[in-house]
Amino acid sequence: MGILFYIVKRLLALVPVIIGVTLLVFIISHAIPGDPARMMAGQKASAQAVEHIRRSLGLDRPLPVQYVSYLGDLLRGHLGFSIRNQRPVIADLRDFFPATLELTLASMLLCVSVGLVLGIVSAIRRNRLSDHIIRIFSVVGVSTPVFWLGLMLLVLFYRNLGWLPGSGRIDISLSPPAHVTGLYVIDALLEGSWDKLRDVLAHLILPAFCLSSVYLAVITRIVRSSMIEVLGQDYVTTARANGLSEMRVVMKHAFKNSLIPTVTITGLSIGELLGGAVLTETIFAWPGMGKYVVDSIDFLDFPAIMGFTLLIALVYMLINLCVDVVYAFLNPQIRY
Amino acid sequence: MCWIPGYGGERYAPTRGKRDVTDTARRIPQDGTKSAAPLLRIRDLAVQFETRQGLARVLEGVNLDICRGEIAGLVGETGCGKSVLARSILRIIPQPPGRISQGRILLDGRDLLQLSAAQLRRVRGREISMIFQEPMTSLNPVFTVGNQMQEIVRLHQCMDRKEARAVCLDMLAQVNLPDAREILRKYPHELSGGMRQRVMIAMELSCHPRLLIADEPTTALDVTVQGQVLTILKTLAGRHQVSILLITHDMGVVAQLCDRVAVMYAGQIVEQAGVEHLFAHPAHPYTRGLIGAIPSLEGESALLQTIEGSVPPPTQVPPGCRFHPRCPHRFSPCSREVPPLEAIDSAHAVACHLFASRQGAQHGPAD
Repeated sequence: MGILFYIVKRLLALVPVIIGVTLLVFIISHAIPGDPARMMAGQKASAQAVEHIRRSLGLDRPLPVQYVSYLGDLLRGHLGFSIRNQRPVIADLRDFFPATLELTLASMLLCVSVGLVLGIVSAIRRNRLSDHIIRIFSVVGVSTPVFWLGLMLLVLFYRNLGWLPGSGRIDISLSPPAHVTGLYVIDALLEGSWDKLRDVLAHLILPAFCLSSVYLAVITRIVRSSMIEVLGQDYVTTARANGLSEMRVVMKHAFKNSLIPTVTITGLSIGELLGGAVLTETIFAWPGMGKYVVDSIDFLDFPAIMGFTLLIALVYMLINLCVDVVYAFLNPQIRY
Repeated sequence: MCWIPGYGGERYAPTRGKRDVTDTARRIPQDGTKSAAPLLRIRDLAVQFETRQGLARVLEGVNLDICRGEIAGLVGETGCGKSVLARSILRIIPQPPGRISQGRILLDGRDLLQLSAAQLRRVRGREISMIFQEPMTSLNPVFTVGNQMQEIVRLHQCMDRKEARAVCLDMLAQVNLPDAREILRKYPHELSGGMRQRVMIAMELSCHPRLLIADEPTTALDVTVQGQVLTILKTLAGRHQVSILLITHDMGVVAQLCDRVAVMYAGQIVEQAGVEHLFAHPAHPYTRGLIGAIPSLEGESALLQTIEGSVPPPTQVPPGCRFHPRCPHRFSPCSREVPPLEAIDSAHAVACHLFASRQGAQHGPAD
């Protein structure tokens, strides 16, 4: 009951935040010098033609009017039409965003699962060989530029070894699975096509690993340090003094406590991963939001930029809402 | 009997004396296991810690016996090694940096220091259990009281959930916690310090251990609650026939609860005696200082008595008697020779050159 009320409250609090985000992005994107009507019409178009386009897009109206009409559209679920390709922005997002989301979620999963294991091993084998190796890898992970790592992964696993595909989401000989969620892994599962699933996963490995490298290292370090701290707590001594096995002490008594800081970092890093996906998408020719957004910015395509920003803000806030709910589950001292 | 380590043992001449605390007799199991052999015998225990300042010899040459059914007190200043001794018994000192470098800890003749990890786990919580100083932090904050208690009960007594729950409810009732069902559902932060410590007592006695080590169990509690917790501890020790090693720096607690007391200074046991005997006739200058430092309502002097100086850091223990730099009665052998713990009376042993059989006579304390 308490937690449901809290979730509803948080969801309602999203509304003013969304309005704030739209206002901010609207102001910034209109403050940038440039004229989308001119870009659409082309360099050689007559002033009259440009003016005509401007009027047809509604760009001749005063800014507050434009903003209010955008908000009105938003309430009805319209994100407007892209100035660049005339398509509804929502259709573009529907096409490109799932790819980015799939890549982000896959790297998140990798970060958390591998990071937890490495962090725990590192903490319980503190100052021994395995700990040193893991710590060296995490320093390397944090400090390796993503573009270089991506290229090296391509050279090694795609060109030299030929183990994994190097670009795209699915082999061109296969048709993408029927669009249900837009996440190919889930769609392939729903379709029940194992060939597609295997191929989609193979395509996902290198980009997901590349994108996760930095946060994998960060999470490993966070888990290690929080685990070491927790293992020094009195209740861990109590558990040991009561004859619990070391496995149970670590995996039950210490683990749940050490998850609390880890969850914080995970929530924050999702935003970073969504933004950071642009670079990885470029390296692996991943058909996600990255290229779409960069092109939209080049073109001063306001509706597209705003639509994208809104979507990212929404996802980020929803994920952090999940983080707060998970907190309450992990830490009984937090009650909403 | 087994008042003093080594009595009837390997190092000292056997001396049999009458008990001066008759209460003990009632707690000795009457079921045929009544035997003179102590439950726990610690012999020549040495524990070292690697520190940045060098090797810290935290415990050295510690001998201690705990008899069946008795409450043995271990007193000493903060940092003298009491907790390390307690934790060494269950081998829960962090290793490294700590290391039990020497000695034997015999539980019914079985050396705990020789047990494998798996064998040791069957001793921990089942034969010997331990209560810690900080009730605020010694229960896991993210699990309910019921979850933690039942885990221990089920681990050691092979019970199903329902039976374990019944045991827990019974134990919580025994420590006078009202509404035990509700307590089982609560998280530690929802309980007060005194309640948590009672939960700890209930949890640690739930598997009927033979020895309960209580490391300053009331230090973190309000004075009013301290008394309640001590009473519960004493009552349950009698009812469950469990021996207690009570670690404290509070002589008042010792007087209230213990049958026998060992005084520790800088990692060594300097004096042992029955509790009434020790308060009436303290021998070691350090013990006399400790007892002198207890504020008294009747005393004329308004000033609190103190012992000059402070406990030396364990990396820089003085040679000879470790107390000699602070001792008002020191004389030539004190800085050279380590005084052995020797019986001066039927139930009284002291490690001090003043009482050593050869020189004792001419160098007795001034009073």
